[in-house]
Amino acid sequence: MGDLTRLTAAQTAAVVASGEASAVDVTRAHLERIDTVDTSVHAFLHVDVEGALTAAANVDAKRAAGEHLGALAGVPLALKDVLTMNGVPTTCGSKILEGWRPPYDSTVVRKLREADVVIVGKTNMDEFAMGSSTENSAYGVTRNPWDLNRIPGGSSGGSSAAVAGFEAPLAIGTDTGGSIRQPAAVTGIVGVKPTYGAVSRYGLIAFSSSLDQAGPFARTVFDAALLHAAIAGHDPLDSTSIDAPVPDVVAAAQHADVRGLRVGVVRELNGAGYDAGVRQRFSEAVDLLAELGASVGEVSCPHFDYAMPAYYLIAPSECSSNLARFDAMRFGLRIGDDGAHSAEEVMALTRAAGFGAEVKRRIMLGTYALSSGYYDAYYGSAQKVRTLITRDFAAAFENFDVLVSPTTPTTAFPIGERTDDPLKMYLADLDTIPSNLAGNAAMSLPCGLSPDDGLPVGFQVMAPAMADDRLYRVGAALEAALNDRWGAPLIDQAPAL
Amino acid sequence: MPSITRADVAHLARLSRLALGDDELDQMAGELEVIIGAVARVSEIAGADVPPTSHSVPLTNVFRADVVAPSLSPEAALSGAPVAEDQRFRVPRMLDEE
Repeated sequence: MGDLTRLTAAQTAAVVASGEASAVDVTRAHLERIDTVDTSVHAFLHVDVEGALTAAANVDAKRAAGEHLGALAGVPLALKDVLTMNGVPTTCGSKILEGWRPPYDSTVVRKLREADVVIVGKTNMDEFAMGSSTENSAYGVTRNPWDLNRIPGGSSGGSSAAVAGFEAPLAIGTDTGGSIRQPAAVTGIVGVKPTYGAVSRYGLIAFSSSLDQAGPFARTVFDAALLHAAIAGHDPLDSTSIDAPVPDVVAAAQHADVRGLRVGVVRELNGAGYDAGVRQRFSEAVDLLAELGASVGEVSCPHFDYAMPAYYLIAPSECSSNLARFDAMRFGLRIGDDGAHSAEEVMALTRAAGFGAEVKRRIMLGTYALSSGYYDAYYGSAQKVRTLITRDFAAAFENFDVLVSPTTPTTAFPIGERTDDPLKMYLADLDTIPSNLAGNAAMSLPCGLSPDDGLPVGFQVMAPAMADDRLYRVGAALEAALNDRWGAPLIDQAPAL
Repeated sequence: MPSITRADVAHLARLSRLALGDDELDQMAGELEVIIGAVARVSEIAGADVPPTSHSVPLTNVFRADVVAPSLSPEAALSGAPVAEDQRFRVPRMLDEE
């Protein structure tokens, strides 16, 4: 058996099922890889060696006993530290939760266990998922495997780096304004934000409840589909979970055919402010879809220009409410409990010490946007913009089956470049935010290396809510054609670590 | 465009239960001013005829049957408590002493 860390998730599941390699062998190979490269990448906040090996041994025992194995049995996975896992440290990248071990599994983790996936550890992230570079983590930066001086994207940067760095073939991220798609784009892998409500938020520590959505990272479109299918589905524990059948994303990923499919290029998500290399690779990929038989046209979504400002009112408003639960009373950090300070003072001291700068900024911004006298002008207006953006999507989807754009305007930027300028940082999510506001499904997949700097460029596909299967159909077709052109998957060009 | 004064920021910090230092208040005042300046343009297109959207999916109350189901034990529920006592969360004093 060759290097087990180079296999796709589908290949890994196949070798485990056939007995060519044991799940324990596969897990050990990845733990060794993590040992070797994670000192420089820092994708993980916690590696659960014992738990992973136990889970892997259970898979091997089930196989030996002839029991039914899940579709991803024995496949290692890196879990973003925003999702609870019983007894395993969960920090959300924040000092306020340092050392906390949740007493329950999130629904995503429960489903991963049911699919016999081996969870190898918890990945680094911007604190409470607020950021686009993973530089807002309280536990240090994560580095991009393509260039260790650059960001891996964010907020799910630990998950994207783990998959791009061959530390795991699969990872889970969450996407509130682009936090799966943008990290996938800048690390040259596949990332999907499923339809809002498709994957349960139970046990997902809330940042912005009306926008947060968990989804898959993988190195191939088919692997992403397998993981998507494993985690999606209705959950009575999440009141916003959609009670409808999950689209057959696995079949769609095997149906790589875009002939006759109507593809709309969104005019507003391109142009000034985009790297020349990003625009070039994007337009080449659009041409390729046309060559494959898709019917390509341009479409205008005039209100998308207001998506970023609306997002930076809605998300902070919801976060200012959600993060009130970090009150130093029931879990997490407590500062100043010396008998002299009141509960309210302990709360304020704890939150000031436990939250980082970006989290404080967003709580304050949200508190401002929701305060009487400003509510209508800010939060109220942002909610109306949300309506207008949803209408833009609905109109565009009348004429097109999917919409496409670059995933993010630039390739991975250098660590430290935007940390002093919050507004510049926010621009990384320009192309991804509209899909969160409207709740539709969207994918990023690699479409080449920028001729400017040799770094990966992401191609975004957007589909209507509960039409997630279209993402996989387009993604699989484009991936196959690009692989033909390159002669090998793009990720094979990533430097050895 | 209302400008954000240091007193405004101090008020927001109190509402947010964040005991910020003087330096943080000064820095935050400048940053919030810039961010709010950039996001305020949402009001340009938010006409009175546009209904607001709070959620992309229709929200309805979700009920479950009123039957006993497995739940956390008191030990598990208290496992993350900063201080626990007699199967309860122990918290600092809530009221000022008279």
